[in-house]
Amino acid sequence: MRPVWVAGVGIHAFGRFADRTVTQLGAHAVRAALAEAGVGRGGFQAAFCGTVYGGVAAGHKVLTGLGLSSVPIVNVEAGCASGGAALALGAAQIASGRYDTVLVFGMEKMPRGIIRSSFFEPWREEAGLAATPAYFALRAQRLMQESGVTLDDLAAVSEKNHRHGVDNPYAMYRKALSRDEILASPVVCAPLRLLMLCAPNEGAAAVVLSARPAGPRPVRVAAAALRSHPAGSVLGEHTPMSGLAADAAPTPTELAARDAYETAALGPEDLDVVELQDTDSGREILSAEELGLCPRGGGGDWVRGGGGEMTSSLPVNPSGGLLSKGEPLGASALGQVVHLVWQLRGTAGARQVPDASVALAHTVGRGANACVVILTA
Amino acid sequence: MSASGAATRPITDGLFTDGPDGPRLIAGRCAACGGLHFPRGPVCPYCAADGCEERLVGPAGRLWLYTAVGSRPPGYRGPVPYGFGIVELDGGLRVVTRLTEPRLDRLRPGQPMRLVLEALHTDDDGRAVVSYAFRPEAP
Repeated sequence: MRPVWVAGVGIHAFGRFADRTVTQLGAHAVRAALAEAGVGRGGFQAAFCGTVYGGVAAGHKVLTGLGLSSVPIVNVEAGCASGGAALALGAAQIASGRYDTVLVFGMEKMPRGIIRSSFFEPWREEAGLAATPAYFALRAQRLMQESGVTLDDLAAVSEKNHRHGVDNPYAMYRKALSRDEILASPVVCAPLRLLMLCAPNEGAAAVVLSARPAGPRPVRVAAAALRSHPAGSVLGEHTPMSGLAADAAPTPTELAARDAYETAALGPEDLDVVELQDTDSGREILSAEELGLCPRGGGGDWVRGGGGEMTSSLPVNPSGGLLSKGEPLGASALGQVVHLVWQLRGTAGARQVPDASVALAHTVGRGANACVVILTA
Repeated sequence: MSASGAATRPITDGLFTDGPDGPRLIAGRCAACGGLHFPRGPVCPYCAADGCEERLVGPAGRLWLYTAVGSRPPGYRGPVPYGFGIVELDGGLRVVTRLTEPRLDRLRPGQPMRLVLEALHTDDDGRAVVSYAFRPEAP
């Protein structure tokens, strides 16, 4: 297999943009990534577009508008991991030798409020059993029962990520919040408060992949692993109606992490910086456990020991995470990758982790889908 | 309350029954691996074997995890706040369920729970829409 390199990245800020269509958001990110890579019409051989709510042939509309169609264009939907799925598919084309340059992008314009999803049967919505934040709350409560996580730990994660987000010009929320403010915000589903949950929003991100290294400090895609869930856990991101108490099946994040670490011949101890799924504060802690950043059941100790802080040995979500950026489903995974490419190039500005050379990006969600990407420089 | 009668309808078919002994959930049991799943489907989600048989489960269970939902999620027309949680039944089946008790200080992990049927709202044809829930047993 050939190595896969990042030739260029581009992003449209995450937020709310009433005057722009999803096609315009995508085009903005695509143009930026292609310009940085020095790639124009005829310069890439395939495109993969991640989106969930983008509609029919969403990626085709972006490239048609830019005069860049005629190459194969594949639209990819894999829930919160859609952009990661697009990246995994694009990287495989280059690794296999089929193509030399591939465009990967993701974009979204999310409905407001609790996300309505065609994923759920109508009766389940009618019964009140499709309340997404309630599932987040049950996972957080389990962390409190089994991982020694406290309500204050949940506030600490949100406080950290919002503090990080202040320095990210592409984030939706750039205001530091105190733990007291977070704890005093309205209870959505106990134990989760409003300021412990990320907001669905809008944005786009794009990455040009190449068979050739580029730039003074080339970034390599060392692994891009996508997995779904094995059945068994009632708390799984596939949000089943039932599961088994004796469940011992690994989670999709554990499976994707295992695949990615093996492919890259690296482990959690080799990482310098991580962007992981923090749809809510509890999710960050669960992700840290599942990715092996701390022991299973050690999430509470991890937070109280400064886990993920910029001053720690492994900063987590220096971009501010989804809690600061918001979550445009199709764009969120590639948004992480764009931020991590800047980290590895040493161009992340005030958010820079010193001497970062190994980075991990993680998304997980509806499907279930989990994607783990490892980048090296 | 009863789920039978002309003025009610189950929220969907195949979730629960209501007989002289009270309500039961309609689960599936895999003849190959023995695993239980709910709602019942023809294929075992754990081992992919065909031919799962019906197994009625409940009414007793123990509360595992719980929260309360304070504002109506999309598609829901019933009362708020309402309890939401996971109850563990005999045989090791964990089921996602409404809870009749939304006051979390009245719930605790491991608490004995009992299956009930409750009306959520009245549909456009004037029928009470009935779903299953678990309520705390008297201490």
